[in-house]
Amino acid sequence: MSLTLTAMSDSTVTSGRQQWSGSGQTLQPPRGPFISVITNRTTNLLIRGAMLFSVGVFLALVLNLLQVQRNVTLFPPDVISSIFSSAWWVPPCCGTASAMIGLLYPCIDSCLGEPHKFKREWSSVMRCVAVFVGINHASAKVDFANNVQLSLTLAALSIGLWWTFDRSRSGFSLGVTIALLATLATQLLVYNGVFQYTSPDFLYIRSWLPCIFFAGVITMGNIGRQLALYEYKFIQEKSHQD
Amino acid sequence: MSFDTISPGDAFKLGVLGSVEKRSLDAPRRPVLGRAVLPNGRELTPPARMTLRKQLREKISAAFYRHGLLCASYPVPIILFTSASILTCCYPLLRLPLPGTGPVEFTTGVRDYSVPSHEPQGDLGERPDWYRGPPVAYIQQVLVKAAVSPWDSSLVPVDVFRSPLGRVFSLLEEIRNHVHSDSSGIRSLESLCLQVTDLFPGLRRMQSVLPEHGCLLVSPGNYWQNQRELFDSDADLLKTIQKHEPKGLHTSATLRDLLFGVPGKYTGVSHYNRKRVVTYTITVVLSSYDARFLGSLRARLKQLHPSANCSLREDHMVHVHFKEEIGIAELIPLVTTYIILFAYIYFSTRKIDMVKSKWGLALAAVVTVLSSLLMSVGLCTLFGLTPTLNGGEIFPYLVVVIGLENVLVLTKSVVSTPVDLEVKLRIAQGLSNESWSIMKNMATELCIILIGYFTLVPAIQEFCLFAVVGLVSDFFLQMFFFTTVLSIDIRRMELADLNRRLPAEAGLPPPKPGPLRPREVPPPPRPSPHTITLQTPAFRNLRLPKRLRVVYFLARTRLAQRIIMVGTVIWIGILVYTDPAGIRTYLAAQVSEQSPLGDPGGAGLPPHLGVAPVFRGGDPTSTLSIHPAPDPTPLPENQSQGHHGPARAGLLPQAPPAVPQITWGAEDEEGWRRLSFRHWPSLFSYYNITLAKRYISILPVIPVTVHLSPQEAIETRHPQDTRHPPPPIPKVSADLQTDLTLYKVAALGLAAGVLLVLLLFCLYRVLCPRNYGQNGVSHGRRRRGDLPCDDYGYSPPVSEISPLLLRGHSMDIECLASDGMLLASCCLAGQIRVWDAQTGDCLTVIPKPGLRRSSSSSGCWEQRDGWDGVGGATEPECLCSEAHGSYVGIDGLSEEEEGYPLRRRTAPIRPTLFNDQPDLTPLIDTNFTSQPPSHLLSTPPRAGFDFGGLVERAYMEHEPPSPSAYTSPSSASSSPPTGAQLQRRPSLGDIAAALPPERAPSSGPQADWESSVWAMELRGNLIAAGRSSGKLELWDAVEGSLRCSNEDGVSGITALAFLNNRIVAARLNGSLDFFTVEINKPLCLLQYRGAPLRGSVPPSPCYSSEDVISCQLTRSVQCAHHKPITVLRAPPGGSSPAARTTPSGFIVWRTRVVSSPCRVTLEGSQPYTSTRQWFWRVEGRTAPSACGMSSQGAVSAMFTVTAATSPHWSAPPPASSARDWTTSSVSGTAAQGSNSTPYSRKRAAAPVWA
Repeated sequence: MSLTLTAMSDSTVTSGRQQWSGSGQTLQPPRGPFISVITNRTTNLLIRGAMLFSVGVFLALVLNLLQVQRNVTLFPPDVISSIFSSAWWVPPCCGTASAMIGLLYPCIDSCLGEPHKFKREWSSVMRCVAVFVGINHASAKVDFANNVQLSLTLAALSIGLWWTFDRSRSGFSLGVTIALLATLATQLLVYNGVFQYTSPDFLYIRSWLPCIFFAGVITMGNIGRQLALYEYKFIQEKSHQD
Repeated sequence: MSFDTISPGDAFKLGVLGSVEKRSLDAPRRPVLGRAVLPNGRELTPPARMTLRKQLREKISAAFYRHGLLCASYPVPIILFTSASILTCCYPLLRLPLPGTGPVEFTTGVRDYSVPSHEPQGDLGERPDWYRGPPVAYIQQVLVKAAVSPWDSSLVPVDVFRSPLGRVFSLLEEIRNHVHSDSSGIRSLESLCLQVTDLFPGLRRMQSVLPEHGCLLVSPGNYWQNQRELFDSDADLLKTIQKHEPKGLHTSATLRDLLFGVPGKYTGVSHYNRKRVVTYTITVVLSSYDARFLGSLRARLKQLHPSANCSLREDHMVHVHFKEEIGIAELIPLVTTYIILFAYIYFSTRKIDMVKSKWGLALAAVVTVLSSLLMSVGLCTLFGLTPTLNGGEIFPYLVVVIGLENVLVLTKSVVSTPVDLEVKLRIAQGLSNESWSIMKNMATELCIILIGYFTLVPAIQEFCLFAVVGLVSDFFLQMFFFTTVLSIDIRRMELADLNRRLPAEAGLPPPKPGPLRPREVPPPPRPSPHTITLQTPAFRNLRLPKRLRVVYFLARTRLAQRIIMVGTVIWIGILVYTDPAGIRTYLAAQVSEQSPLGDPGGAGLPPHLGVAPVFRGGDPTSTLSIHPAPDPTPLPENQSQGHHGPARAGLLPQAPPAVPQITWGAEDEEGWRRLSFRHWPSLFSYYNITLAKRYISILPVIPVTVHLSPQEAIETRHPQDTRHPPPPIPKVSADLQTDLTLYKVAALGLAAGVLLVLLLFCLYRVLCPRNYGQNGVSHGRRRRGDLPCDDYGYSPPVSEISPLLLRGHSMDIECLASDGMLLASCCLAGQIRVWDAQTGDCLTVIPKPGLRRSSSSSGCWEQRDGWDGVGGATEPECLCSEAHGSYVGIDGLSEEEEGYPLRRRTAPIRPTLFNDQPDLTPLIDTNFTSQPPSHLLSTPPRAGFDFGGLVERAYMEHEPPSPSAYTSPSSASSSPPTGAQLQRRPSLGDIAAALPPERAPSSGPQADWESSVWAMELRGNLIAAGRSSGKLELWDAVEGSLRCSNEDGVSGITALAFLNNRIVAARLNGSLDFFTVEINKPLCLLQYRGAPLRGSVPPSPCYSSEDVISCQLTRSVQCAHHKPITVLRAPPGGSSPAARTTPSGFIVWRTRVVSSPCRVTLEGSQPYTSTRQWFWRVEGRTAPSACGMSSQGAVSAMFTVTAATSPHWSAPPPASSARDWTTSSVSGTAAQGSNSTPYSRKRAAAPVWA
C-alpha cells in the first residue's frame, strides 16, 4: 500500500510539475498561471482525495479481516461470502470518511493559520500507520481480562499515538469530535440491525470503538497533512518561479 | 586591556572569534566548553546556579563526547566487540524454533494420563489451549539397538547390519502378534492401531514400502515388504535402501528417516560403521491409547531383549502440537504490517544523506534495529522468558516502537558538524550534540513502555518486556555499532573527498629546485617512490564507451565477487541453520556416543514440562557438549552383558576394542527429537491426514537391545556379501579414538572460530571496503570518482608526512603564497606573515598598514606582531616598536604580565571592524587541549575585570616557564628563534631605520586600511600583495618592509603571478595588468632561491635590502576576461623564451563560473613546450554571496607535466596530508602545511572573496 502510496505521491509531484511547467510554457497570456493554479489545486485535491480513499478502503479491509477472525463483528451470512468477508458498504464508507478527514485536516490547519510542523515526513507517517494497525491488532487479538481494561488500554494507546505523531490541539479536538460522531453512527447502524457485535458492552457496540476511531482519525489526518505538504511545496515553488 | 570601548563591531568580532574558536581543530573537550547555549567561562568560575538539569545535560554531553572519541578511534575492536556481543546474545535463539512454523510440545506423565476433554477447562496451570480432545495418533516407537557381539575379525562389513536388520522381522512378528488379555477383554495391535487406507495419490512409488490398508506400522522391514525371504535374498541391502532416496539435496524427512525412525547418521547401516551398532525403530501408530496393552507389550519386549544398562525414563509422554498453515486471512494483515514496516524503513533510511555510502549506512541502521530485536529475544530467552507471542506478528510493531529515529538523528548530527574537523571530533561532537535529546527520547519511551507493562495484560506485558530490552540493546548498538560504522563512513567520505579534490596533489617537486636542472632535457625519472607515470591522461576527458564503463564499474566495485561472497555467506548460513548434513547432530553423536553411558543431559534434559518449542535438528543440550562418561566401569558391565564373555575376546588380540558396546543415553529417550520436525506431518500427509492445528502424542520408547553372535551373522549372510572388501580395520584403540574425537571437536571448533572471524572480516570488508583509519592514501583499494588511472589498480605511494602547524594568525587565512622555502600567508585581518616553510618559524610579520599608523596609540597589534615577528620581546630590533620609536610592544606585554591593563586606548572609533579594539588574539590559543580558551572572548566586555592573572596563568600553562618574563612569552606558535632568525636579525635592524619614510607614502588614503589583501604571490624574497583597492604592493619577505607599491588600478586585484621581472595582476574587472619590477641595483646579494638565473636579464626578483625597487605599470590588457579571473599562473622559473619575452606566454586560464555548485572549470590552454605547468583546479566559490563557508574555498593542486606533443600526465608525488585542506578555515592557525617532505609544496590558495 505504502509503496503505491509513494509512487502515487511521486507521480502527483511529477504530474503537477509537468502540468505547471507545461502550462507555463504554453499559456503565456496573463490568465495562464491563474488557470493552471486552479487546475493544479483541483486536480491536487482530487488526487489526494482518491489516495486517501484508497488508503481508507485498504485499511478497512485489512482491519476488518482482523476483527472477523476473532468473530468480533458479525455480518449477515449472505454477505460473509463476499470477497473480504465484510459487508460491501464498509470499505467505501471507511474510504470516504478517511478522504474527508484527510482533506479536512490540512484545511483546518490552513484555516487556523498554524501549519502542522511536527514530524512532517513520510517515515513518521508510516510509523503512525503501523502503530494504528498495531492498535487494531491489539484490540482484536490480545486477550484482555475485561472490556474496561481493553478500552482503557486502547484509549491510552490512542492518546499516545496522538501525542507521538500529532501534538496539535486542532488535531485532538477534531479527532475526538469525529470519533464521537462515528461512534454515534455505529450505534445507530447496529440499532437498526445492519450488523451487530458479538459481545457488545457499550450499548450496542464495543466500548473500544471510539478509541479506534480516534486513532484512525489521527492517522488519516497525518496522511492527509503529509499529502497536502506537496501542494504547499508547489505553491512555494510557484511563488519562487514567479 | 580595557573593554569599555567595545562597540557593536567588537561584539561582532567577538562573535567571529567565538565561532572561530568553535571551529578550531584540536579541541577534545570543546563542546563542553564551547557550546553556544551554555554560559561561557563556566569552566573557570562555574556559576553557582547551574540547575541540576543543566549539570546532567552537560555530563551526558561530555560522556557522549568521550564515547564518540572512543568509537571513532578504535573502530575495529569496537565492531568486533559488538559483533561478539550480538552473537552471544543471539545464541539462545538457537533453541527457538523458526517463528511460526515450529511445533510446540507439552509433556504429561504417563501414569495418570487420560485423554483430555474437548471442553476448555478452567485453569489447568500450564496446559496449553491446544491440548484438548484426543490426539490424532499415539506414536509408539520401539527403539532397537543391535550389534554382532563380539566382533570377529572373520566377519565382513555387511555383517554389521545384515543380521541386526534381519532381526526386525522377528520383532515385527512379536509386535503384531502380541495380545493382551485381561478382565476387560482381549486386545491386539490390530484393534488399537491407526488404520490407514490408500496412500495419497501421487505417491505411487512409495506404495511398495509404505503400508496400505492396515495398521500404520513402519520399520526398516518395509523395504522388503516385511518378508524375511525377500530380505534374505537381497544381495545388496544398501542399494535397496538407497533406491528410495531422492536424488540431490534431500529434505530432512526422507523415506529412510521415516522407516528407520532415526536420522540416517545414527542407523549405522553402512559399510564403514566403526561402532558396529545398528539402530532403528519400529514405529507403531496407535489410534487409541491402552495403557495395559502397551505395558504388556513393553514388558514382553523387554523380557525378550533385555537392555541391561538402559535407564531410560518411561514416565513421560510428549504431546506435539503442529501449527496451522497460515491462511490468507491471517496472511493479509501480516503482509500489510510488513509492507508498512518496510515503507517505514525505506522512508527513514532515505533521509540519510551526506554520507559516503547511503546503502551501507541504511543497512547498518537496519542491522542495528534487527539485531537489537534479536538480542532482546535472545536475552529474554536466556533469562527464562519463553516468547509465547507470535514472533512474526509482533516483530513489525517492535521495530516501529524502537524505531530508526535515533540512528537518523545521529547521522544528521554528525554530518552537520563542521567538515573541517577531524573525523573523531566530528563524531564526538555530533554525538554530544544529540546526546540530550537521545537520552530524553529514550527515557520517554522507556516510561511509556513501563506504563504499558503495568496494564497487567500478559500479552502486552510480554511485548513491553521485549520492547524494553530491545530499546536498551538498540541503544547499546547505536552507541557502539552504528557510531563506529558512521565514523568509518565519514572517514571514507573524507578520504574520498580528499582524493577527488587532490587527485594527485602530493608534493610538487619543489619549485625552487636547489640544483640546476638541465632545461631542455625532459626531466629524468623522478625518485620512484613518488612518481608513477601513468598512461593517457586523456582518458580523463575521454568518453569511454558504455560497455567499457560498465566493465570498469563492475571491476571497480567488484560487484561479482561481492555478490558471490554474499551468496556464499547466505548459503552457508542456510546450511548451518537447516543442517542437512547433520553436522551438529553428528558432533553431538560423536561426543555423546563416545561416552559409554553417554548421559549428556542428565541434568540438561529435565522433563519438558510446560510449553517448550522442540524439533531442532539435534538436542541442543547435547550439542557440542562433551560429557564425561558417568559410568566409571563400562567394561565389566559390558562383559557381563556379552553373551560370549571375555574368553573370545582374549583369544583375539583385536577383539577387546572391537566389542561393540550398546549404550543407552538420554538422547535415545526422545530420539524423535533428532528427526526433522516435518517428520510426523510428512508421514501422516502420505495418508492424507493433516496435523495442522492438531497434535500427536508420543509415548516413551521401548528400548530393545539385541546381541547377535558371530555365528548368527555368518549364517544370515548372503552369498554375495563376502565380495565386499573389508574396510580398513581401525587401528586406533577406543580411548585413543575418544581422544581423537575430542581433538576433532576441538579442531572443528577452532576451524569454525577462524571461519567466523574470516567471515566477519569479509563482511566487514564488504560493508566498509575502504580503509579508513590511515591518514594518507590507501593501498590497493580504489575509490570511485578518482582518476581513471586509478581504475587500473594504481594507488599513489605513501610517504610519511606530518603536518606542521603554523600558528599566529588571528583570523581566517585568506591568501597563501609559497615558493617552497618561504610561505607567506595573509589573514582576513590584513596581517601578512612570512614563515619558514621548512621549520615553521614565523620570520616576519607585516601588519595591516592602516593599523600601523595608528599603532602608537593602541599598540596592540604591534606588540603582538613584535612578539611573533622576532620571537621575543627582548629583541630590541623588534620591527614595530623600533619603527615607531615607542615602547609599546614590550610595554603592553609587561603590563599584561603584571596583571593590570593600564593602557587605555584613546583612539577614536574607526570605520573598520577589527582595528579598533583591544587585541585579544594573544589569548586565543587554539591549542585547546591545554587551556580553557573561551572565557575571555565571550565574557561580556566590561571594565574592571582582572584578566591579568588569567593571562599569566594561560601563559604559564602553555609555555614552559622561562627565566625572564620577557622572553618569548607570547604565542603558542612562535618557536624559539632559530639560527636563521638570528642571522636575519641584523638585517632587520639595518632596515629598520629606513622603514618609516618608506611607509609614509603608502599610508596615505583612508581606503588603504579598508582594503584587504585579495591576492598574494611570493617570489624570492618579494611578496606581491594585491589589494581589494587595486593597489599592488611589494614587500620584503624577510624584513617585512614595503618596497614599493603601485596604485595604478582601481579594480581589486584578484590574482597575481610573477613572471621573471614582471608581475601580472588580474583584476576584478577581468583585465590583466603587467607590471615591470625594476631593480636599481642589479647585483644579487642574496642567494636566489627561485628559478635559476639565466642570461643577462635579471630573470627573477632577487633583491637586496639596499636595492630600490620600483614597480611600473607597463601594459594593461583590458577585458581579458569577462568574468573575474580567479587563478593566474605563470610557468615557474620563466624558462621558456616565449614566456620571457611576451606576455602572451602566460598561461591564462579562462575561468568560467558555473552557476551550479561552486566549481570553476578550466578550459583553454595554450600548448606549452617542455614546460612544467601547474594546472590548478579550483574549487571555490567565486562570489561571496554564495559562499557560506569560506573554508570551502579550498584549492586542490595537481602537478602535471606536459610534453610537447603528447600530453603526458604524471602522477603526483604523494599527497600531503589531509589536514592541508583545512588550512584556510582554521583561524589562529595560519597554515597547516605539510612541509616536512621536500616534495610537498605549499599551495597557494585561490582567493576566497570574502
